[in-house]
Amino acid sequence: MAVKTVIEAIREGMDEEMARDPSVFLIGEDVGNRGGVFLASDGLFKKYGALRVIDSPLAESCIVGVAIGAAVNGMRPIAEIQFADFIAPAMNQIIEEAARFCYRTAGDFNLPMVIRAPWGGGVHGALYHSQSIEATFGHIPGLKVVAPGTPADAKGLLKAAIRDPDPVLYLEHKRTYRLVKGEVPDGDGVVPIGKADIKREGTDISLIAYGLMLTFCLEVAEKLAADGISAEVLDLRTIKPIDQAAIVGTARKTGKVLVVHEDNRFAGIAAEVMAIIMENAFDALDAPVMRFTGPDVPAMPFNHVLEEAFMPNVEKILAKARELAAA
Amino acid sequence: MALKTTEVEAKGGRSRHRSLGLSDEQALRIYEVMRLARAVDERMWLINRQGRAPFVISCQGQEGAQVGTAAALRPGSDWVAPYYRDAGVVLWFGMTARDQMLSFFARREDPNSGGRQMPGHFGSRRLHILTGGSPVATQLLHAAGLALASKQRKEDAVTAVYFGEGSASQGDTHEAMNFAGIHKLAVIFVCENNGYAISVPQSQQMAIRNLADRAAGYGFPGVVVDGNDVLACYEVARQAVERARRSEGPTLIEVKTYRFTAHSSDDDDKRYRKAEEVAIWRQKDPIQRYAAYLRDAGTLTDPVEAEITERITEQVDEATEYAEQAPDPTPDDLTKFVYKKDVQA
Repeated sequence: MAVKTVIEAIREGMDEEMARDPSVFLIGEDVGNRGGVFLASDGLFKKYGALRVIDSPLAESCIVGVAIGAAVNGMRPIAEIQFADFIAPAMNQIIEEAARFCYRTAGDFNLPMVIRAPWGGGVHGALYHSQSIEATFGHIPGLKVVAPGTPADAKGLLKAAIRDPDPVLYLEHKRTYRLVKGEVPDGDGVVPIGKADIKREGTDISLIAYGLMLTFCLEVAEKLAADGISAEVLDLRTIKPIDQAAIVGTARKTGKVLVVHEDNRFAGIAAEVMAIIMENAFDALDAPVMRFTGPDVPAMPFNHVLEEAFMPNVEKILAKARELAAA
Repeated sequence: MALKTTEVEAKGGRSRHRSLGLSDEQALRIYEVMRLARAVDERMWLINRQGRAPFVISCQGQEGAQVGTAAALRPGSDWVAPYYRDAGVVLWFGMTARDQMLSFFARREDPNSGGRQMPGHFGSRRLHILTGGSPVATQLLHAAGLALASKQRKEDAVTAVYFGEGSASQGDTHEAMNFAGIHKLAVIFVCENNGYAISVPQSQQMAIRNLADRAAGYGFPGVVVDGNDVLACYEVARQAVERARRSEGPTLIEVKTYRFTAHSSDDDDKRYRKAEEVAIWRQKDPIQRYAAYLRDAGTLTDPVEAEITERITEQVDEATEYAEQAPDPTPDDLTKFVYKKDVQA
């Protein structure tokens, strides 16, 4: 067990999987010599060579489309989209092709492939280097979507994604890359896709989050504890398939739930989580389920005042959590 | 590297197929698959017009382009990424008339999709036929990926990808040719240029006469060939395959051809092309033309033709009867195979 950052955990995860399985390879913009713009693949080009760490042309549909073909032909590609904001040119390949291969062939074809995409804001990334895309892709049957928030989960879920028989969209929050440190188990430490994790036990209210918001919610829980409020923090980790049992479990336990994400509010993941609770734990609720999310504006602006106005933070979430606790 | 677009002309001669290295048996096999593709297609139209099946999309007129190029490949180890007209390609790669009819009637047993996709959306992992959807040109990138995997594993498999000239306008076509050129991948890009993307003529699709000219921009050769001359198609495809197996990279083959039917059973081609134009092209029917050559060469005799006709009729009859009575999927099938293993979505 050693303390690592999220970006180190991702790099190690790729490295170990590439060492373990010769069919695993990485393709994306600047992933080669440069080691990725965030250094996620630093050193891998030297270690594995140009046929397994491929600098793609600057064309996202190409990155994903080529990965699909390679996955059909016995490989396990990791396709890196440099920023989640630039995934749109690949959406046809992801939604109409990758997500439908298995279904449209009644299981004859399947695609063991990972699409890695750095997402999220709070990094002065402005409209096109800050976006959240989990609700957009979470809506697509045939895709799996994961969004780890800790180094151990980042590594464990990446390994699970690489070994999975289906296409997995792996979302890594840019702000967590170096901000969030934590113990990472030695050895495989695979974290199963589809399992949420209670990161802090509590009895009065539940905070449900993922990605960077997990870190914020853990701080909120700490502050609430000082007020004598016991908050449980559930880390979804996987967006799709979502862990209904864990969501219902924490809702039944505390009776008060606040769902937090930085993605836009309308038809966001919080709406789905709230619906799951209403369908399965209505009788156990002590207050209406609440959510705290990013606003319904296209993306967060560059100016710091506007960026801060967009981003959820500890203070804003804390205020909402206190409101819920008092309800 | 010679980047000049080459116009390959059909050469006469009674033993053209032998000079291309094809035995009489192989030459007849090509003929039979072309005729089978046509016969299955004609039967589908008949059934569609009788109201027994909702949709058909045709290969008619393009069988020479399809079977001629596919015949240069090794079924089973090479890969094909067909588009929706490529009945000739998939029959050459091992699909059967019954498989086609099961897809046509959308039966549970349809090996392409279990009745989930419209006819013409071919796919079989076992036969190395890539599954296709309806958005066009996506398969060109898949073909580049298939060939990349072959290169990574140092295998000499070749991937042939098929598309229409309309698909050539898609960005994925550019991205695929660019990527395949960079990595010198063993991909054969086969554009079946039939002159129309549904109703839009080539003149509104591109400003050039020969799509093959674009190959130069990707650093590999482009070849134009008469798509209604099956042996010419075979010849250029064989050269492209040999080049690919030598790790010299891709080739773009533009086969100039024509579709005899409307775009699909839901299209009315009289709205955008003249009956006289269709009639002129019907005179150039690749099957009739090849039959005339084979007769001239002494390879196709009346008894051989009769045997072929009998075999094809038998297959199409059997396939139709079997598939029409085959069971539909059940409502329970709807939610299966969203993922490879059963996942609560």
